[in-house]
Amino acid sequence: MTIAEKELLLDVQDLKVHFQIKKENAWPWTKPADLKAVNGVDLQLYAGETLGVVGESGCGKSTLARAIIGLIKATEGNVLWLGKDLTELDDKALRATRSDIQMIFQDPLASLNPRMTIGDIIAEPLRTLRPDIPKQEVSDRVQAMMMKVGLLPNLVNRYPHEFSGGQCQRIGIARALILEPKLIICDEPVSALDVSIQAQVVNLLKQLQREMNLSLIFIAHDLSVVKHISDRVVVMYLGNAVEVGSAEALFANPQHPYTQALMSAVPIPDPNVEKSKEIQLLEGELPSPINPPSGCVFHTRCPHADAGCAEEIPSLRGSMEHQSACLRLEELQAG
Amino acid sequence: MTLLNVKDLRVEFTTPEGAVTAVNDLNFSLNAGETLGIVGESGSGKTQTVCSMMGLLAKNGIVSGSAKFKGQEILGLPERELNKIRAEKIAMIFQDPMTSLNPYMKVGNQLAEVLVKHKGMSKKEALAEAVRMLDAVKIPEAQKRLNMYPHEFSGGMRQRVMIAMALLCSPELLIADEPTTALDVTVQAQILALLNELKRDFNTAIIMITHDLGVVAGACDKVLVMYAGRTMEYGSADDIFYRPTHPYSEGLLKAIPRLDSAGEELPTIPGNPPNLLNLPSGCPFQERCHRVQDRCRQEAPALHNFDAERLRACHADANQILEAS
Repeated sequence: MTIAEKELLLDVQDLKVHFQIKKENAWPWTKPADLKAVNGVDLQLYAGETLGVVGESGCGKSTLARAIIGLIKATEGNVLWLGKDLTELDDKALRATRSDIQMIFQDPLASLNPRMTIGDIIAEPLRTLRPDIPKQEVSDRVQAMMMKVGLLPNLVNRYPHEFSGGQCQRIGIARALILEPKLIICDEPVSALDVSIQAQVVNLLKQLQREMNLSLIFIAHDLSVVKHISDRVVVMYLGNAVEVGSAEALFANPQHPYTQALMSAVPIPDPNVEKSKEIQLLEGELPSPINPPSGCVFHTRCPHADAGCAEEIPSLRGSMEHQSACLRLEELQAG
Repeated sequence: MTLLNVKDLRVEFTTPEGAVTAVNDLNFSLNAGETLGIVGESGSGKTQTVCSMMGLLAKNGIVSGSAKFKGQEILGLPERELNKIRAEKIAMIFQDPMTSLNPYMKVGNQLAEVLVKHKGMSKKEALAEAVRMLDAVKIPEAQKRLNMYPHEFSGGMRQRVMIAMALLCSPELLIADEPTTALDVTVQAQILALLNELKRDFNTAIIMITHDLGVVAGACDKVLVMYAGRTMEYGSADDIFYRPTHPYSEGLLKAIPRLDSAGEELPTIPGNPPNLLNLPSGCPFQERCHRVQDRCRQEAPALHNFDAERLRACHADANQILEAS
């Protein structure tokens, strides 16, 4: 199926999230600085697909997720959910959309209320958003959902501290799924877990996606995991999407110099490959999002940057399958 | 030359719930210029192993066995003797670079303190040396950075400061406890490249503790796979990665998604790591092992030689596992 035939669920248009930061020792009347956490991101999500979002810490991937679900107000731009703009809804109307969009958080234990039993935690979305469902049915649904995510239903009266990290993440997944949402935003769902547990949770997410026809936005800094789970991938750098494409095309042929550097830095569990491969080390540090570089935000660290890169802001270019935001894309592709 | 020789290292903690054996009869040795990777999941005893050698165990920890550094026993040394070895001969880099630097002290003073204490330098000399070392770990504008506090550094820079501090007395053995876990991949690549340069230039031996097998593949000569405080397998990196003979190493290697290959379902290791307070009798890995036999439930497999270079602790036939992979 080509992209054009699939149902468009979510259409994020030119989304900007800026935070106002008061400068230290500034006069009271000095204007606060703008921290541009997300600076004009466009992305589309189709029914049943997994969109991976990768980038290093501080690139704005979590802020993007929070702005989509409405935990943070967007400064500019639109978030169209089935054609409805979420940024313009009031709190009450936004609440109704929550039964379609749910979220899984990074720290499995910290995102569960320590004073609630896991049965109550999983049932809470049902109780708040579907108060009309009778008690017995709620508890039936909770138990069915626990089975589905691989938790024994007899654990329903236990508290979160009695579970391991992997099990806590399963509880978080059950809580997100109980409303049968269309979209789940996963913010680094496996980065706090051990390798063997990580594989279990990734497989579980994939299996649930097939069974329930879910769409996922999968945010992670681990490229190997993102490659494994995603259909399409967005690479972010300093609040901008620098490359978007199908996972296959993007990982087989990374176009943007940042994606190339990022991919070469990922260690591969194979001594021969690892010892012989060449890593493109990036010079310097991530620039401050309060005062991002002019033109292409990556030009200060880019090995291929020339004078033009500091002036003109690149936009995403390319085919539907694979786009990247680099001014010198054609030259670099030609070698 | 054998730099470090560890024999039957055992760490026990007395807790209100009973005794916990965090490290159970560990054996390994390390030569100058070699890198040993210790891999395992959280709670497998990786950190306690090195903390016990450095005399950094919590109060309720009891260590037994032997760890000889250049022939000298370092377990149970009195604090004064130990302080001559720590920092000067053996240095350690910790996982979280923020919490292991003193937030109230300027970075320059923290670095100089090491030299003043251990080398008897004057403060001025020590600061000059600190600048040289910060330069060596590629921190730009090192002179200016001396007067900054740790919170003014980024995560990668802080880890560089930690490495610089560990290297001040040019130790013969560097212990790196998850040195890159808190860092981004591009920064991780920079730090690993730096550690590799050190090994090349100063012939420093490194013990690298990590759960990332990719890091191990790039940096280590020997690998020790730990589970529930025990050695599961110990051998050269090539052997462990290409010819694992233990179901746990086999499972770990298969469970990681790889950037250079595509796969559908990830093979997993079922279940959860065991509770150390309540270990099953027999092999600690039995509940998650797909090659479990009756014998595994009764008797813990002893660590034995598979070939000259390799140790393994498993009842299953090694050749069968080799054939299957």
